[in-house]
Amino acid sequence: MENQAHSSQKPLKKGWFISLIDVVLSYYSYLISQPFRSGLVYFLAGLIPSLALGWLIFPALLYSKQPQPLQFNHAIHTHPQIGIEGKTEEERCLQCHGFREDGTFTGIPNLATCMKCHDDPESTLGETPEEEKFNEEYVALGKEVPWLLYHRQPDCVYFSHIAHVKMGKQECRTCHGDHGRSEKLPLHQRNRISTYSRNIWGYNIAGYVRNPWERMKMDNCADCHTKTGHEENNACFVCHK
Amino acid sequence: MKQEEGKHKYGMVIDLDKCIGCGTCMVACASENNVSVRTDESDKERSIAWMQLFKITNGKPFPQTEVSYFPRPCMHCHNNTPCVSVCPASATHMDYHTGIVSQIYTRCIGCRYCQAACPYHARYFNWYDGYAFIQPFPKGLERQLSPEISVRMRGVVEKCSFCHHRLMRARTRAYAEGRRELEEHEYITACAEACPTQAITFGDLNNPKHKVARLSKSVYAFRLLEKLGTEPKVYYLSTRNWVRRMADNYRPDQLEPVGAVKT
Repeated sequence: MENQAHSSQKPLKKGWFISLIDVVLSYYSYLISQPFRSGLVYFLAGLIPSLALGWLIFPALLYSKQPQPLQFNHAIHTHPQIGIEGKTEEERCLQCHGFREDGTFTGIPNLATCMKCHDDPESTLGETPEEEKFNEEYVALGKEVPWLLYHRQPDCVYFSHIAHVKMGKQECRTCHGDHGRSEKLPLHQRNRISTYSRNIWGYNIAGYVRNPWERMKMDNCADCHTKTGHEENNACFVCHK
Repeated sequence: MKQEEGKHKYGMVIDLDKCIGCGTCMVACASENNVSVRTDESDKERSIAWMQLFKITNGKPFPQTEVSYFPRPCMHCHNNTPCVSVCPASATHMDYHTGIVSQIYTRCIGCRYCQAACPYHARYFNWYDGYAFIQPFPKGLERQLSPEISVRMRGVVEKCSFCHHRLMRARTRAYAEGRRELEEHEYITACAEACPTQAITFGDLNNPKHKVARLSKSVYAFRLLEKLGTEPKVYYLSTRNWVRRMADNYRPDQLEPVGAVKT
């Protein structure tokens, strides 16, 4: 009697666990062996289309895609030999996307910035159809190009470029990627509901981020601040206004 | 609960003996911070004023009557900040690096707990759509609005932010000049800048070189409802004891008169 009680104590626990696995496995084997009778087919017939709807079709419908008014070639302009002067890539970026005297960021350059270099008759402008369009529609009329902004943040957000670029010694490409080396401007994808760009709202609907320029929401900013040891900058009134 | 001291502690000193009650601070504040107005502002319970001006009198008959004005911004309480401790949405936060109590309008859920908690009535609720969702948007209004301040929508609470955007502006300029530290004059609030009698002084209370640090240690300095222990960062100066007594509902024997001052 003693022996029996002693030996049955441990295997009883294990047996309970194995029997649970047994039940689960036999349920799955039942699902797979008799797919129609078990309802597996109907379940998947509902699950797969709804997943496809939520993960593929809805994001495609949610964003309207607009081309930029002009195709601008960043690669030519930042080319060390033929493009803008500057020792480093960052210096060449800052020639057009620079800072004003009070430290604010100019953002997308206006027509006057373009004409600073292109007023020179030796500068090449008007060789391609896009450049001709720029000459005829904007330069001749003195009209600003209505560029679509990929990284425009909501109204409640304050972002200081100079704090990151000059004081934080961040490179432009850390956040903007190889945009400065691209030959074509990507489509501007605008969220039909929130009206924000997809670069802000996130390319992946699950919020999974590989690169900073794919999603620029609050938690992405805060993640980087925490990782780089600037947790004090996660206070609300640092980035909100 | 004492929090550790941050580097800066921005605060304000208002000299009530200099204040003439003109209301310039209210106007400057409202226009600086995109504070919305309604077509009919007669219902004052629904009005929004980050900087509010109160009038007090000593209640004595004519020859002895005295009047004093109390400009009241947000006090930016440093300890046990009442609004922060009750906010269920973490929409308001006290930043120990600057001492400014923030209010994030997009995070606010409009429960108004903070309004109930604030002993100074410094918080205001947006009963109507301010400048946020006017349809159609009046032509030319965008030129009046400051882009440095986000406009508030209906259903959120707003309050004085010590012109926080001016701190950001000053910092940005300092970065452009390669500095990390700000000068005293670089960051002051709109009310302090506008005050015609210079009754309002603004600066860093932690920096002994700043004027506010010296003024706040004056014998004439007091704070509103000091006995609550919230450590407000707005100090008042007055040589008149009846004004000082009114600030905290002192018992007649509780407040000791300062020096040889008129009562």
